[in-house]
Amino acid sequence: MGNPNFTQVGRSVPRVDGPAKVKGEAIYTDDMVLPRMAYGKIKRSPYAHALIKKIDYSKALALPGVLTVITGEEAPNKWGIVPQTANEVALAVGKVRYHNEGVAAVAAIDEETAEAALDLIEVEYEPLPVLLDPQESMRRANEVKIHDDAPENILHSGDQLFGDPDQAFAACTYILEREFHTSYVNHAFLEPQTALASYDVQNDKLQLWSSTQVPHYLHRQLSIVMEMPMNKIRVTVPAVGGAFGGKGEASPADFCAALLSRKTGRPVKVTYERSEVFATNKGRHPCQIKMKIGLNKDGYIQAVDFDNTMDGGAYAGWGMVVMFYTASMIHLPYKVPNAHARVRRVYTNKPTCGAMRGLGGIQPRYAMECMLDEMAEMMGVSAYELKMKNAVESGYRSVSNLHVPHSEYKKCLQTAVEKSGYLEKHGKLPFGKGIGLAGGYYISGTAYTLYQAYKPHTTVLIRVDTEGGVTVHCAAAEIGQGCNTVMAQMAAEALGIRFEDVHVVSGDTELGTFDLGSFASRLTYAAGAAIKEAAAEINLKLKETAAGMVGCRADQLEIKDGRFCSIFEPRKNIEWEKVVDLYTNSVGTLVGTGHFSPPRLKGIDLTRGKRVQGANIGHSPTFGFSSQVWEVDVDLETGKIRVERVTEAGDCGQAVNPMSVDGQVEGSIMFAMGQALYEEMKVDDQGKMINASLHDYKVPTAMELPEMNTTIVDSYDPTAPFGVKESGEGPVQPTIPAITNAIYDAIGVRFTELPITPEKVLQALKEKNSR
Amino acid sequence: MKQLIELEINGRIYEIPVSPKDLLVDVVRKKVGLTGTKKGCGQGDCGACTVLLDGEPVLSCITLAIACQGKKITTIEGLVAEDGTLHPIQQSFVEHGAVQCGFCTPGMILSSKALLDKNQQPTELEIKRGIAGNICRCTGYKRIVEAIKAAGDTLASGEVK
Repeated sequence: MGNPNFTQVGRSVPRVDGPAKVKGEAIYTDDMVLPRMAYGKIKRSPYAHALIKKIDYSKALALPGVLTVITGEEAPNKWGIVPQTANEVALAVGKVRYHNEGVAAVAAIDEETAEAALDLIEVEYEPLPVLLDPQESMRRANEVKIHDDAPENILHSGDQLFGDPDQAFAACTYILEREFHTSYVNHAFLEPQTALASYDVQNDKLQLWSSTQVPHYLHRQLSIVMEMPMNKIRVTVPAVGGAFGGKGEASPADFCAALLSRKTGRPVKVTYERSEVFATNKGRHPCQIKMKIGLNKDGYIQAVDFDNTMDGGAYAGWGMVVMFYTASMIHLPYKVPNAHARVRRVYTNKPTCGAMRGLGGIQPRYAMECMLDEMAEMMGVSAYELKMKNAVESGYRSVSNLHVPHSEYKKCLQTAVEKSGYLEKHGKLPFGKGIGLAGGYYISGTAYTLYQAYKPHTTVLIRVDTEGGVTVHCAAAEIGQGCNTVMAQMAAEALGIRFEDVHVVSGDTELGTFDLGSFASRLTYAAGAAIKEAAAEINLKLKETAAGMVGCRADQLEIKDGRFCSIFEPRKNIEWEKVVDLYTNSVGTLVGTGHFSPPRLKGIDLTRGKRVQGANIGHSPTFGFSSQVWEVDVDLETGKIRVERVTEAGDCGQAVNPMSVDGQVEGSIMFAMGQALYEEMKVDDQGKMINASLHDYKVPTAMELPEMNTTIVDSYDPTAPFGVKESGEGPVQPTIPAITNAIYDAIGVRFTELPITPEKVLQALKEKNSR
Repeated sequence: MKQLIELEINGRIYEIPVSPKDLLVDVVRKKVGLTGTKKGCGQGDCGACTVLLDGEPVLSCITLAIACQGKKITTIEGLVAEDGTLHPIQQSFVEHGAVQCGFCTPGMILSSKALLDKNQQPTELEIKRGIAGNICRCTGYKRIVEAIKAAGDTLASGEVK
């Protein structure tokens, strides 16, 4: 597997935070209590779209135990993860745009009092017409506007043309056009968002502990909303109970805690209820996709036309970025020489959509993988053959200038197909049983900062001293994905020591060096590159010291298993600790720093050499791949789909921690299976969510766990630090289309709308039988 | 009005002032300070708040604290041995990679304990049923099921007390 010379990278070590978590000793934000701490609660709107005429909180203030009340007017600065479209506020100012939007917040001595105070806040609203469907929202934009600066109720739209799709389609032998609708789903991480703020009134300093996955971006947004310089704010990330993109931007909990703390001079904690997690959402965008694919007579893709209308909900969030990602995701993992994408992200009066595991990929992948399955049938070949024929290889450059330095995608397809017996089973199983294939990919390492800046995306500082061994500082966020373990393994590998001797300090903007955060599968790659650079600086200095001790030239030393050895005569060696000891005694504590900036490739149309707006998005230093084969059993009487088996093969480059990779892949599979079969947020005709609980919003439980066989295919990206790629977002991509294709194989119905519920299955079977 | 009640948690008696509507999860977390018990939904849906009441798993977010008087309450903190050794289920979760974000973990381990206390070698289906009320969004459950099975084997072999 991967590089056989590695000793620390490639080890399936248990994660470093495992023991604390199984003992119940890991501290999450809501577990923290500070002296004089008060509790904050948010008053929410009963309307999905309304003007706020008046807020009277005098009765709330009069309630014993209430410390203060704030409203939106006190912090009207707009924040947003994407600065070009920032349009959110801590609490609504003048208008609410979704049901349960926050309009005021209370701090009180305990939670009961804070809750009682909410009922005493009187808000007068003037209800406005509610727009819930993006098509309706665009159609009625002249009479109802959700945002003043979006006259068509559209946040942003894009039109990207590459090559000449019209001409290419005209020459195609096989053309298929289909429409797909994806569902409105939430991350359903288990730990509700929580923020604890402690404002130091005398020094005008703010300390915030938050369940965030992006401490840096939260730091920036706090600076904007609080009107404070960043150097007066410190963000610390305690243990985080899952995020999946949902904690990938600031939350009103962060701002309300900070504002209430500043106003009361006390620490204030705001912990969301589950209903507030749903209300503030930022989950996956429902997409209305029209796709057209053309193949030549031999089955090679000639052109793809992609039209995507995205239901964005009330505010901008990550919307514009997600939108351009959907456009980018049609260019891989198959060779597409001509493409046209028209995309728009529309405002509606629903909780805002944002970033969710595998963002931008899931929806176009669903369409494309299902359509290629159908087109293989049109051609009379297997979907496997068609996909292998078109699959990208190492060194591929798409017409949109996406560069794929390394790909084992074909190996993924081949492994999943062979291990599952796909070719033997497909089309041959009894009615009701089916098998389906799909593939997918995801970015790895990311390419563009959300705000204009040339600073490195990650800086790592490694400190070596005689007391504490090695400490890696990086303000990345451990959100449960295991980055602290993986960073320690990479640092140990680069320094030639054992992983157990490396300590990682992350999740703190003051103690850690700069990092953008945990999103877009960037961290292993980015931190890995910075760690390599920092370690090289340390190794260089230690080798100079070691050279004198061993008695050979510094450049003829290698560090292995905690020893500096002569590369010519390994028995001439000295222990690593002794070298550190001598260095520290003679020079002082040794530090090394490393940085990583991803290469900036322009999104251009290579046939014309012309820049295409938004096409920079989707570029990435490298890409991970996954292929999956799903086997389902459809109950013809109840319509219930039981998944029997899933066979996955993934290209994550060199696995730093194979056990951790398996965990990411297995988690991805169940996560996406939920969206395929069960999950959907629903609102009533006034925009009120009717299933905002984990009782009514159905996520998979252990009962739905199918037989799962996953394989890490042999892979090593020579352009990547330690050969690594992502492993936690690629494997969510093939799941939905593979299940859908399996259902088609089982009952002969192609579902183009998610989730595929028993009701839809029964209805489809009924229609099929009546034909 | 608050009243003073006695609760036996992890073998220790605590005297705690509670109001009749106080929930066990809040009392355990905020008044006793055992924050290992997690609150993920507050509605009895996610299982993160699972504790054992006389050995049976209950959802502490929908259990009144006063109703637990005279019963033995076990939280995740009660599983570690006096010398700090992990319980075999805890050890197995760590070794099998059954922990990611860790928020479901305490409840998941306690549901597993209730299951294995009755049956050390459950079938895969019995394991799945045993943790069906505990949602995990990170791991996909596979490693959790494997960890429970392995812990059962360890317990059955009598390698640990």
